[in-house]
Amino acid sequence: MSNPLSPPKRKDPLTPSRLGHVPPRLRSRAAKAMAVRAGQGRFVLQVCEGCSEATYPPRDRCPHCWGELRWADQPQTAVLLAETVVRATTDNFFREHLPWRIGTVQLDAGPTAVAHLHGDVAIGDQVRMRLVLDRGGNPALFALPLKETPHMQDDPQLRVFTSAPKHRRILVTDGRTRLGQDVAQALLAAGAGTVFLGNSDPLLRHDGEEWIASTPNIDMVPLDLTDSRSVSELAGTLGGRVDIIVNTAGYVRPGGVSSGSRLATLQTAMDINAFGLLRLAQSFGPALGARSDDGVNSAAAFVDINSIYAMTGNAGFAGFAASAAARLSLVAGLRGEMASVGIRVASVLCGPIDDAWHQAVPPPKVATSRVAQAVVQVLQDGLEQVCVGDVAEDLAARWQQDPFLTIREENL
Amino acid sequence: MSNSGSLCAEMAAALVSGKLKCVDLTNTLSPDFPVIVLPAEFGQCAPFRVETVSRYDDNGPAWYWNNISMNEHTGTHFDAPAHWVTGRDLPSNTVDAVPVSDFVAPAVVVDISAEAAADADFVLTRAFLEDWETRNGKIPPRHWVALRTDWYKRVGTPDYLNLKKDGAHSPGPDAGAMEFLVHERDCIGLAVETVGTDAGQGSHFNPPMPAHSILHGNGRYGLQCLTNLDKLPTFGAMIVAAPLKIQGGSASPLRVFALYDAE
Repeated sequence: MSNPLSPPKRKDPLTPSRLGHVPPRLRSRAAKAMAVRAGQGRFVLQVCEGCSEATYPPRDRCPHCWGELRWADQPQTAVLLAETVVRATTDNFFREHLPWRIGTVQLDAGPTAVAHLHGDVAIGDQVRMRLVLDRGGNPALFALPLKETPHMQDDPQLRVFTSAPKHRRILVTDGRTRLGQDVAQALLAAGAGTVFLGNSDPLLRHDGEEWIASTPNIDMVPLDLTDSRSVSELAGTLGGRVDIIVNTAGYVRPGGVSSGSRLATLQTAMDINAFGLLRLAQSFGPALGARSDDGVNSAAAFVDINSIYAMTGNAGFAGFAASAAARLSLVAGLRGEMASVGIRVASVLCGPIDDAWHQAVPPPKVATSRVAQAVVQVLQDGLEQVCVGDVAEDLAARWQQDPFLTIREENL
Repeated sequence: MSNSGSLCAEMAAALVSGKLKCVDLTNTLSPDFPVIVLPAEFGQCAPFRVETVSRYDDNGPAWYWNNISMNEHTGTHFDAPAHWVTGRDLPSNTVDAVPVSDFVAPAVVVDISAEAAADADFVLTRAFLEDWETRNGKIPPRHWVALRTDWYKRVGTPDYLNLKKDGAHSPGPDAGAMEFLVHERDCIGLAVETVGTDAGQGSHFNPPMPAHSILHGNGRYGLQCLTNLDKLPTFGAMIVAAPLKIQGGSASPLRVFALYDAE
C-alpha cells in the first residue's frame, strides 16, 4: 500500500519555494506523436506495417526491418523484470525527488522498456502499464499494480505524473451554473482541499446557493471573466493558493453566420469563452508556473471545458463554435507555455450540454455530472484532452479519420 | 472689461463665493455597477468594462490610458426619445440631436422615499402628485421631475435591482402620473435613482412601461441611476445633464450634477 498523503503543512516563510524544473523537451516528431496519445489516455506503441513488430521507444522506422511504423493501441499488461533506484542525477527535477525507482518491464505487446515504478510493484509482478506525460509534456511509461492497492493514487512517484485533486486547492470559474457546481462537488469527492467557486455577479441570486453555503470547503469568490480587473484582483488575492484551475465558464447561444445571429451576442461569447480564458491565463499563469513543484499541493493543472465544435464549426451555433475554436487555439498555445514551467493544460471537450440553451437540440446531450467526472479523470490521470459524451466521442472519431469531411458534415 | 451685470457673471460670482452649491448626482462607472437585467432570451445591457492599454509600462512608458466599453444605458445615463418605440419617429430624438439647451434644466424633487421604503413596489399616481402639489406647490413647466427614493443607498447590495423570482421590485410611476407630468405639467423628463424610469414591475402595468412609453413618445427624457437626490431642495435646483454626442445614440452614460442655492 501507499502511505496516504497528509494535508500539507503551511510553508515556512524563510524557506524558498522549490522551482518547478521540467525535463528537456523531446524534439522528435515520433515522441510528440506519442505524447499526444498519452494525453488522450491511450496506451499505444508503434507497430511496423512490414513485420508487425511493436517497438519502443518511439522511432521513425522499424528497427527490425526498416518498415513504416504506425501507432496502434496495445495491451497494457507487462511483467516487471528488474528494478533499480536512482540516487544521483544531474537532472534538476529528479534531483529534488530522489531516490527514484525505475525498472525494466517486459510488455505483453512485445518490447521491453524502461518504466517509472509505482511503490506497490515488485520484480516478477504482473503490472498494468500506463502511458504518462512528465511535467514537461514528454511521454513515459509507468508501471502500476495490476489491481487497485490502498491509497494507490497517493504514491509519490505517480503523483508527479498526475494532477490528482487530493489536498489541492482548486478554482472553478463559474459557480453560478449547474456545471460549475457539479465540478466542485466531484472535485471535493476526489479529495480536493478547497474549491474556490467563482461568482460573476455576487449581487444576483442563482440556483444552488443553499447547497454551496452548506457544503464545507467551498469558498465563493467574486470572479467575472469578462472583467480584467476582477480576474487580476482575484489572482492578487488567491494566486499563490490556487493549485488547479478548472474553467467551467461558457456562453452558448444559437445563431448562424449570415442570418439568425447577433453580433452583440457573439461578442459576449468571445468575451467569455476566448478572452475570459486569456484573462485567466494571464492573471493566474505566472503564479501557477512558479509553484509547480511546491510539495503535496503543488500547482498542477489548468483544465478548460470547451465544446467539441471548436474542431469543426456547427450549423445553428456558428458563432458559439467560432468562440470555442478561438478558445481551443488559445489552450494549445497555453499548453506549450505551461509545459515549460511544469503545469499540465487540458481540454475537456463536450457535445451539447443538457442545459437551457440546448432545448431545441435533440438528444443525446451530455449531463453536467458526467462532464464533472471527466474533469476528475483528467486530473487523476494527468491527461491533456478527453471527449465526453456520445456526440463528442463520435465527432472526435470522425474527425480523426477525415477532418474536412467532418467539418462538412457538421455544417451542411 | 467687466461685465459684472450679466447673469453669467452673477452665477460665476455665486459659484466662487460658495453661494451656489454643486452636488454630484452620478454613480461611479465601474465594472460591478449593476445594469438592467432583461429576460435571458433578449439581448442584454453590456456592463462597464475597462482594458488598460498602458500604465507606465512597456506598452506606453510614460502614460496611462484605458479602452472602455459599455452599453449606452450603463451606469448613470440619459435616455433620448428614440430609446423607446413610441419616440422612434420624433424629430431630434437621438442624443446627438437633442437641443443643447435641454441639457441644463431646473428640477423639482418629489420625495417618495418613505413610501418606497415601506413598499418597494410603490406606484406613483396622479392622485399622489395632486396631493403633493397641494402641500408643496405646483410643478412648474420644463422641469426635471426628480423622484427621490433613496434607492441609491442600495447600490452595492442585491436590493438595488431587487430582482426576485417574479421580476424586479422598485418604485415608479403609473400611466396616469406620466400623462399628468408630461401633458399637464410639461416636464422635461423624469429623473430617478433606480435602474430605469419605470417601476421594477412596470412591464406588467397597463400600458406596459408607462414612463418609457409616455416620456419618450412625447419627446421627453429619462435620467436613471442617479445619486444624492436627497441633497437637493424641493424647488430651485438646476440639473446639468449633457450626454455624449453619440451619432444616432439612444442614450448615453454621463456626468450629472446639480446646482442649488446654499441657503
